[in-house]
Amino acid sequence: MASNYNAKEEDGHQPAAIGHGGAGTVKNKKPDNTAFKQQRLPAWQPILTAGTVLPAFFVIGLIFIPIGIGLFVTSNNIKELEVTLTNYSVWLAIFHPCYNCSQSYSWNSTKPCTCSVPFSLDQPFESNVFMYYGLSNFYQNHRRYVKSRDDSQLNGDKASLKSPSKECEPYRTSDEKPIAPCGAIANSLFNDTLELYYIDPNGSRTAIPLVKKGIAWWTDKHVKFRNPGGNDNLTVVFQGTSKPVNWRKSVYELDPSDPDNNGFINEDFIVWMRTAALPTFRKLYRIIHKKPNMTPTLPLGRYILEVTYNYPVRSFEGRKRMILSTISWMGGKNPFLGIAYITVGSVCFFLGIVLLIIHHKYGNRNHSADIRS
Amino acid sequence: MLSSEYGKSRKKTKKEHKTRTVHSNILYDRTKGEDNPNRHYSDNEIKTTKYTLLSFLPKNLFEQFHRFANVYFVFIALLNFVPVCNAFQPQLALAPVVFILSVTAIKDLWEDYRRHRSDKEINHMDCLVYSRYKHQYMERFWKEARVGDFIRLRCNEILPADVLLLSSSDPDRLVHIETATLDGETNLKQRRVVCSFLDLDCDFDPSKYNSVIECEKPNNDLARFRGYITHRSGRRDGLYKDNLLLRGCTIRNTEECVGIVIYAGHETKAMLNNNGPRYKRSKLEKQMNVDVGWCVIILLVMCLFSAIGHGLWMYQYGDKRPVFDVLSPEGAELSPVLSAIYLFLTMIIVFQVLIPVSLFVSIEIVKICQVYFIHQDQDLYDEETDSHLQCRALNITEDLGQMQYIFSDKTGTLTENKMVFRRCTVAGVEYSHDANGGAALPEHQVPPQDWQPGRSQEGQHPVQTHCIQQPHGTHLSIITQHTAFSSPMEKDITPDPQLLEKVNHCSSQMTFKRFHSQSLSQLPSDLTDIIDFFIALTICNTVVVSSPNQPRQKVGTDSSSSLNRSSHRDCSSVLSSPSAESTLTKLDEEHHLGGPVGLEHAFSPVPPHTTEGEPGALEEGELRYEAESPDEAALVYAARAYKCSLVGRLPDQVTVELPDLGKLSFELLHTLGFDSTRKRMSVVVRHPLTDQITVYTKGADSVIMDLITLPSTDDSKGKRQRKILYKTQNYLNLYAADGLRTLCIAKKVMTKEEYAVWLRHHLEAETAIQGREELLFQSALRLEINLHLLGATGVEDRLQDGVPETIASLRKAGLQIWVLTGDKQETAINIAYACKLLEPDDEIITLNADSQVRSSHSTLFTHQPYSFPPPPPPSPSSSQTQSFLVHRLGLVIDGRTLAYALDSSLDEKFLAVARSCRSVLCCRSTPLQKSMVVKLVRNKLKVMTLAIGDGANDVSMIQVADVGVGISGQEGMQAVMASDFALPRFRNLQKLLLVHGHWCYSRLANMILYFFYKNAMFVALIFWYQFYCGFSGSAMIDQWYLIFFNLMFSAFPQLITGTLDKDVSSETLQELPQLYMNGQNSEEYKPYMFWMTMIDAFYQSLVCFFIPYCAYADSDVDLLTWGTPITTLALFTILIHLGLETKTWTWMNWVSITFSVGLFFTVALCYNASCPTCYSPSNPYWTMQRLLGEPLFYLLCVITPVAALLPRLVRGRCSSVINNSLSCLFQGPGISIAVRCLVCLCVCQIKCYLSRAKYNRCSRPHSEMLNTTGVVDLTVKC
Repeated sequence: MASNYNAKEEDGHQPAAIGHGGAGTVKNKKPDNTAFKQQRLPAWQPILTAGTVLPAFFVIGLIFIPIGIGLFVTSNNIKELEVTLTNYSVWLAIFHPCYNCSQSYSWNSTKPCTCSVPFSLDQPFESNVFMYYGLSNFYQNHRRYVKSRDDSQLNGDKASLKSPSKECEPYRTSDEKPIAPCGAIANSLFNDTLELYYIDPNGSRTAIPLVKKGIAWWTDKHVKFRNPGGNDNLTVVFQGTSKPVNWRKSVYELDPSDPDNNGFINEDFIVWMRTAALPTFRKLYRIIHKKPNMTPTLPLGRYILEVTYNYPVRSFEGRKRMILSTISWMGGKNPFLGIAYITVGSVCFFLGIVLLIIHHKYGNRNHSADIRS
Repeated sequence: MLSSEYGKSRKKTKKEHKTRTVHSNILYDRTKGEDNPNRHYSDNEIKTTKYTLLSFLPKNLFEQFHRFANVYFVFIALLNFVPVCNAFQPQLALAPVVFILSVTAIKDLWEDYRRHRSDKEINHMDCLVYSRYKHQYMERFWKEARVGDFIRLRCNEILPADVLLLSSSDPDRLVHIETATLDGETNLKQRRVVCSFLDLDCDFDPSKYNSVIECEKPNNDLARFRGYITHRSGRRDGLYKDNLLLRGCTIRNTEECVGIVIYAGHETKAMLNNNGPRYKRSKLEKQMNVDVGWCVIILLVMCLFSAIGHGLWMYQYGDKRPVFDVLSPEGAELSPVLSAIYLFLTMIIVFQVLIPVSLFVSIEIVKICQVYFIHQDQDLYDEETDSHLQCRALNITEDLGQMQYIFSDKTGTLTENKMVFRRCTVAGVEYSHDANGGAALPEHQVPPQDWQPGRSQEGQHPVQTHCIQQPHGTHLSIITQHTAFSSPMEKDITPDPQLLEKVNHCSSQMTFKRFHSQSLSQLPSDLTDIIDFFIALTICNTVVVSSPNQPRQKVGTDSSSSLNRSSHRDCSSVLSSPSAESTLTKLDEEHHLGGPVGLEHAFSPVPPHTTEGEPGALEEGELRYEAESPDEAALVYAARAYKCSLVGRLPDQVTVELPDLGKLSFELLHTLGFDSTRKRMSVVVRHPLTDQITVYTKGADSVIMDLITLPSTDDSKGKRQRKILYKTQNYLNLYAADGLRTLCIAKKVMTKEEYAVWLRHHLEAETAIQGREELLFQSALRLEINLHLLGATGVEDRLQDGVPETIASLRKAGLQIWVLTGDKQETAINIAYACKLLEPDDEIITLNADSQVRSSHSTLFTHQPYSFPPPPPPSPSSSQTQSFLVHRLGLVIDGRTLAYALDSSLDEKFLAVARSCRSVLCCRSTPLQKSMVVKLVRNKLKVMTLAIGDGANDVSMIQVADVGVGISGQEGMQAVMASDFALPRFRNLQKLLLVHGHWCYSRLANMILYFFYKNAMFVALIFWYQFYCGFSGSAMIDQWYLIFFNLMFSAFPQLITGTLDKDVSSETLQELPQLYMNGQNSEEYKPYMFWMTMIDAFYQSLVCFFIPYCAYADSDVDLLTWGTPITTLALFTILIHLGLETKTWTWMNWVSITFSVGLFFTVALCYNASCPTCYSPSNPYWTMQRLLGEPLFYLLCVITPVAALLPRLVRGRCSSVINNSLSCLFQGPGISIAVRCLVCLCVCQIKCYLSRAKYNRCSRPHSEMLNTTGVVDLTVKC
């Protein structure tokens, strides 16, 4: 090609040339002697010497083990009690008070089935007690299930109320009317009622006050979920919509007693709508607040759990539970994290020792070999 | 454009199909193009851009979709629009593809714009085109020139198109052109005016031109042009390649010339030769693509597993549909099988990240950064030429770290292509020319021996350091700018004082004799030899003289003896003298006269000459010599230093100025040009002093020595001659050992009868119709016998600075170096010795064969010891037999033999021989052969090849090799244009390969592995989750994180590490070239490493999945509140993993990692706070905010990365602790702590590499060498 390619500089990174020809360009072409361009940036090279590695292992060990012990102790201090309502796989389920109720497959059995499960506490539960219901083998994280909801509708969007999102199919319309709330999640709302009674030593039953407010996330209750057109006169608002097929009552009848807990902002509904991550999960049902006096929230003794058994779990071989648990700063009872910390810490510590020994031996051997030679 | 042209031409008649007819455009109106027969030919505008504004988008997309990965991503994005298997929001799934396509498109656009700019620059250069209306030459842009236009060119102009030469201002109707840009040869080539226009003495007038040119269709053969021109008179004249000036050449030494454009634009031979660079894919990338393939398989396996799992999961419920098993949108009940099939597609979408989406983009970004840094390296900048490295191929930087074979050109690559007269021997006496010998000679080279005149050659090699003079670089460059020289050379030669004295003495004697009318033959023979020697140097060549004041004007001393000059000019004469016939007639006359030839007579044909044209302009030292080969010019300059200067050359006469004697004109009877078979050239002149017919021959010592006849008598003269011959041969060997190009000078005096006899034969040969070349050759052979040896010269093609060291260190790095040169065997071997490619005690195998049969049956298998020029005797201790045992073989093969060796039947054997040799030298090889050798080695041995060269003859080799490197030296830009990397000097190759190559390779290899790791680890998290969501394709990681994790959150730190990380410092890499083997053996990226990486990734993902799983088991955690910590953990683990892999931490690493983490949290917080309903179906509102308030989140973030990386930590630390214990080796009282640390670090690195190298190369003897040298080097350093 023509030799004027000579003049063409391939460098796209050059600063704008001052001018062609002359002494200016001569200087221009030379790369700048900066540390960055010459790849001589001051660099920290982590030199892996015994002096830095071994202490690191020991430090990790020394930090992790106490944390682990602390966590373990905290977790152990949490009191938890689990009451099985349905135990599908156990032979003895036949003798369970709720066995008969649990045999139902159907969602729409007309007559309510109730059963009462007795249990006893070996030790009193101090502080606030959280009451959960737990389900096993319930795949709330199934891909199509998770998607089957319309957030706009739940947020009070009136347009979505009348024509819910396509994601809600096949729980979008019923009898040509839009379902509110639409979708599979809402459709499968947990509808058992649990009531707890303390049996005094004298045999009388005392109902334990179960608080149903404050069980949902604050942001869910106040931001994410909203009733269309505010909270007044939900019946009017939801007119023209149909209730989910599995529901026995409409969304505006979820808690007629409290307008702040009715419709889409019903907390039980909100809790259910927050889909669980794993197939075995628990969801907060009620809170038993600490009593102002020094008596424990739940004194030791015998209790009875009255269950209105509506929710069928047999179709998926599920297991239904009621859990009472106190709570600590790290959440519910779970000894795993403490054990994990202790294990990792110990492994590090152990490795540190092993490496120290290896280093000691190798160092000595090499040194002596050197001297001999 | 070309194809359209061909398409048009197809419609034309058959006759036109084969040839091209060019008429003058003057006859036709420009505006009415319809009648113009030239209208179909393409114009001179060139366009090398790929796209136009309109075609950019479709064309670029089309090209991008050639890449499998892009098709895959688009497929996945489209799959997302299918409702049954969509996993993400369809619009969101498009984001990565769009991002990647647009980044690449922007890059392509920028590159194309640069091409467009350079095209525009070229298209808008000026040239003079004859205008039909104005009747004069008008300035026009190059692009406006058309076929059939007349173009006037002046000196130093570049030809805009292929032009048929019609007129020249040169009295001989010649034009000198420099074809450096085409073939890399810097010498000047002569082109002749078309025969029919030779006689025009006045200026050529285009308006009177009405001939028709018929010639070949455009083709890319530079060495061929055929056609004929038909005049109105019906006369036809042939057109040859000698008449064609090619685009891109430069007019030199000719004031002006006129020609008609034959081929224009893309149809010019230069452009047809310029097929664009092929798309190269680096070895690493190929390997990577294999592993990408594996990733695809892993992906399919995972999807299949999930699909089957899902099918089974559904099957177990049977007819009892659980509430969470939602029906398909249509409400239809899905069978488990159908559901599994849909899920398979869904899983491909969910797991798509396993095929590293951003890997391809990241690699390109990293490579651009690497190119930038290579570009900026000061060590790759050459002050002298003010040029620095150019990376022309952006995608093969890492190949630089994996080279195994280097194929190098010699001239201009290893050497400077500056010829310097170094030494000579005349009549058996050596003149060492010490004063200029050491100039610019690198210190390391064996300094030239300080030979005393007359001292016998038994002297040892005295090691003397010569004072290094600065070359006259600045001075030279100034000269070269103004004169037509293409190859600068040392013009100022300091004469050897003794020789100068002798020359002066001799010439004064001659003057004395001349004035006293004594016969010159009475002079002592050594003195006449000296004067003859210089005369031979001066006239036995084809050097053209020019004066710097008017460089375009050839200097000629017009004399009356040049009778009827023009009448004897014929069109094609190479071997013949222009005035042969006249000489013969004259000879006959003289013969008949028979009178004694006296001095008076001798002077009679040469009257006291007057320099015509520029009186007084020719001052001593102002003349410039232009030669076809630089060493010819060097010799003429050398002779000038002895006041024996060439002042003028005409076709039939050479004028020489001698000291005291003044100007002498030699009647040039014949010039027998140089050819590679005879390896010599001769001139036959009539000596003006003696009036004898004298033949001066100059040629390779191997041939000249055989042609010398010694007097048969045993008298003193014969003895003396024999002694001279013997001594000269010894000196020649010494010269050769010093790497000088040797030439022998001989002469022969013929009687008139002898000459007459020879001349008759010669004229017969010239006029012969059949086998003319062969007859001329025979005729030349008949003349060049019975020569009398005058002396020998040693010309140095000076090695570039640092070449031997570079070769030595590249060798240590395990690279095989082959030299492929078009040069003579002797020269090549000399240079090979000089640059330490061959050691004196190497055994050399020479393959010279005449036939294929011979070469196959005898030569290739019998190691025929090399006989020419024998290397200087090595030190007494190592005898030749010992070196036989060592098996340090060097292979020398010449072009003809190479042709046989490259034949498919022999190539295996040739390679087998070549592989066992330490160095291979291919001489006299054509450009095509060079590329064939490279191709052969590349394909058969499956090695990485690098070709380095500077001339156009290396272009094909550069293009064939895996990496082509061009030297952007004095020669043309052709090699640079074809190359992937352009270096200023050969020595830069060392840093380019050993440092940058190593870095680029190790950085990219590590980065690719890291990418695989990162993606696999991230995807595996979702895979584990499938066991807990009924294999439904659900993901606990938010779709935004899933898609942007690779593109944004984890992208920057690895780019920084991939760009800046240095596993070994630049200094260490250069000091220990052995470390380069690391890349050659692909140590950083072995196939098993991919699987190790995968296993590591799966382990880490298991940890990252199950620690949060256990921590949150049976709790009220929801999908995203659980998935977000996992994402965070994965990010931390991935970043810390990268941190462990990073060997050098600069502030940029810190910043990038901090930035990554910061970016993730910022995005997460903003995203989770922005909209409570927008991100359906997964609604992460306020998740991150809530998590940040939970201690459990922080506890998880601490323990998981530690647990995940513990195995890697232990493995790395363990070995380092063991390595470190070595450090006590160097504990000594005298060594400061700083030095010790440095050494420890070195040891660690080296031990690491050595141990790797040892395992992999134990079969090769190198490993021992490597181990020992590595240790030795270190101990020396300590």
